[in-house]
Amino acid sequence: MTVARPRGTGLSPSRIVLDNGAVFLAKETTTTPAVSISLAVRAGSASDPQGAEGTTWLLSRVIDRGTESRSASEIAEELDNRGITLSISVTRHLFSIACTCLSADFDAVLSLVGEILMQPSLPDDELATRKGEIITAIRQDEDNPAVRANEALMAQLYPDHPYGRRTKGSIEIVERLGRPDLQRHHRGWFGSNQLIGVIVGDVPEASAQEAAARVFGAWKPIPSDPLVLPPVRPATRREMTVIPMMNKSQADIAYGFTAVKRHDPDYYACWLMNNAFGQFAIGGRLGDNIREKQGMAYYVSSSLDANVAEGPLAIRAGVAGTNVERAIASIDEEVRRLVADGLSAKELDESKQFLIGSMPRALETNIGIANFLQNEEFFGLGAEYDLQLPGRLRAVTLDAANAAARRLLDVDRATVVVAGPYSGHSIG
Amino acid sequence: MREALAAPRTTRLANGLTVIVQEVHTAPLASVWCWYKVGSKDERPGLTGVSHWVEHMNFKGTTNIPRDQVKGIIERFGGSWNGYTWIDQTTYFETATTDALDRMLFIEAERMANCLYHPDDCESERTVIISELQGGENDPDQLLDQELTATAFKAHTYRHPTIGWLSDLQTMSRDDLYGYYRRYYVPNNATLVIVGDVDADDAFRRADRQFGGIQPGADVARVRTIEPEQTGERRLTIRKEGTTAYWKAAFHAPSATDDRFVPLLVLDAVLTGAKGLNLWSSFRVSPPQRSARLYRALVERGLASSVSGSIVPTEQPFLYTVSATATDGTRLGDLEAVMIQELDRVAAEGITESELRRAQAQLRARLVFENDSVTNIAHQLGYFETIAATDVFRTAPSAIAEVTVADVAAAAQATLASLNRTVGWYEPLPPTP
Repeated sequence: MTVARPRGTGLSPSRIVLDNGAVFLAKETTTTPAVSISLAVRAGSASDPQGAEGTTWLLSRVIDRGTESRSASEIAEELDNRGITLSISVTRHLFSIACTCLSADFDAVLSLVGEILMQPSLPDDELATRKGEIITAIRQDEDNPAVRANEALMAQLYPDHPYGRRTKGSIEIVERLGRPDLQRHHRGWFGSNQLIGVIVGDVPEASAQEAAARVFGAWKPIPSDPLVLPPVRPATRREMTVIPMMNKSQADIAYGFTAVKRHDPDYYACWLMNNAFGQFAIGGRLGDNIREKQGMAYYVSSSLDANVAEGPLAIRAGVAGTNVERAIASIDEEVRRLVADGLSAKELDESKQFLIGSMPRALETNIGIANFLQNEEFFGLGAEYDLQLPGRLRAVTLDAANAAARRLLDVDRATVVVAGPYSGHSIG
Repeated sequence: MREALAAPRTTRLANGLTVIVQEVHTAPLASVWCWYKVGSKDERPGLTGVSHWVEHMNFKGTTNIPRDQVKGIIERFGGSWNGYTWIDQTTYFETATTDALDRMLFIEAERMANCLYHPDDCESERTVIISELQGGENDPDQLLDQELTATAFKAHTYRHPTIGWLSDLQTMSRDDLYGYYRRYYVPNNATLVIVGDVDADDAFRRADRQFGGIQPGADVARVRTIEPEQTGERRLTIRKEGTTAYWKAAFHAPSATDDRFVPLLVLDAVLTGAKGLNLWSSFRVSPPQRSARLYRALVERGLASSVSGSIVPTEQPFLYTVSATATDGTRLGDLEAVMIQELDRVAAEGITESELRRAQAQLRARLVFENDSVTNIAHQLGYFETIAATDVFRTAPSAIAEVTVADVAAAAQATLASLNRTVGWYEPLPPTP
């Protein structure tokens, strides 16, 4: 076991690497008599086998329904009697089990979630019930314009790439998947050297690390990280897709581009540019134009998901069917203006002030700290990232932010999807 | 070890503004909330949605905060700000580092006394709110909930949605909005809450400096209508193009100060898992419900993909609502038969001692989890002061611990009777060819 503890006045979590490769970060806080636990395995939906999309999602729905030594109802009793809900989530690269428990329950709960993660029994009867739930959820998604628009945008931005797949998969695939598929997937992707554990709350860091070593110390590593991502190919021309849903009251617009990797040297410039463009206050420049000036939409914003590969920059808006074309024209106008004229120094400074100044809020709660530390460890940002982040944001120049806009945004390469009460036609 | 939180301190300014301050020194932050005792229940026909629209207008500049300086006024300090409107209340908050405390108080004082209501802003916000309404209609579950509430109440103004009815949103005038603002946004109808890394005496002085000069208003009229006792089951069915069937039932339920409220909270924990008492909480984690009765009866048997319950603290008697999403291929009638059987059973037989202990443990934990930030603590103090009193919030843990199985049985019997029930179905129709 190796132990490293950085000096400094920031979060300064204690970090250990167990002999089997599992990494644990612990941070003691005394705000409430509670502890947040976050266990993330490098096995997100990008690890789904080709043609079996949704495998990871199905595993996430059934992994806590029985272990080698406990039945589903015994696990349910253990959790419910302590007021605990497990939040099991799947992102492109991570499979996470997270929960908050009272401090007094910490040891027992860590043992339980460890067992769930390492030794799931995946019983057939539970699998059948959970498959029924997922099929219902997929049917609900089919009736949801926001989901339809977003899924179509991702599919078009990332053809033949894991980022373009539906995390839940399709009804046909879910019906076909069985226990052997999930067992094979768990064996192939879940191992100690893929685990990042974070423990934040009212428990001494040494006790948290001892408990982590006790629970996870015997877990076996898997041979190596087998994930290989194909290259992301930026769009070369503008594409527009309409998904008519005439039973709906409002249309959802998804307008986007492939953007940057988290480790791209321009990442901080892209982050600040996107904040000013579609986030600051109520939706940045996009919000000023489409919501405040034109009163067209209750929500409009843009998001940047810089990831292991080049994640998307996506603009989202909800508008009446009659306003779809005006809203897209307004987004085009703001993209063109940003690319041609750039941000003002005031806009860049305000976004810097917001992102730096909001850190105390982001790191106020146990869950907030746990999420920050998970991200820090996953991307290898270093143990003093919370101290370094303000400096990295301050160092971004106006020229760099404006160059980021020119690099990422281009109306002639935009991928646009509309889902809702709009039968439409291609624009531009 | 963890230090216990100090008790909140309360004072009342000469103009009638109630000010509550709680010191919490765990982070260099402060949260300021300003609450108004006005919500959608205070609206008359023709003006439904006015409380919420007024809330939107109160982000659009004041005499001393020009329109073009609103954007970023708190974000420049790394802070967040927002507001919401519901049936009993309208509220606004800022959370930022403590050095922005005066700025937060200034914003709220300006919002109380000096909002502009420029006619152009009123018009552009009309379409924003209609867009918000239409976005909600896209969700079948939300649509069913709206119709269910409108059917469960026939007299009380809790019946109309907070967003308002479309025709009222299309016809309301700037004068309607401004008149409503002036009537209700007065210090004697408001509560200011400050929680965080502050000195209480200093915070009171700062609050008095910002708000002390605002003149009180006339006492406002309150809703007098009492919903007549329901004397028979009511039903509605929405048939609309879609993919999924939804089921809901609403039962008239006691207000936050009624002795039956906490037993009903425990009953809901037994049926669908404990949710706690914070509508706003950033602790947005699903309730622990794997052992809950309705989860086991419906989700574990494959009839529903989800089940939930909702009992919310309100000023006047509102609703206890139970909801389920039918799994693909399950008929609503089959789902309903099992649901009603379970509800009738608990109404007739009550709950067991072990169920009570589990529900109490869950609620005890949720009350800890949902009060983990200055923003959440400030919300709870202001919320309960506005609908009842802060003591209702502060004594909730002991009230929950004192509930007996007999209390829960009585609450179940009184609430879950079929005569007190309104049932709603959302039946999806196939796509139009």
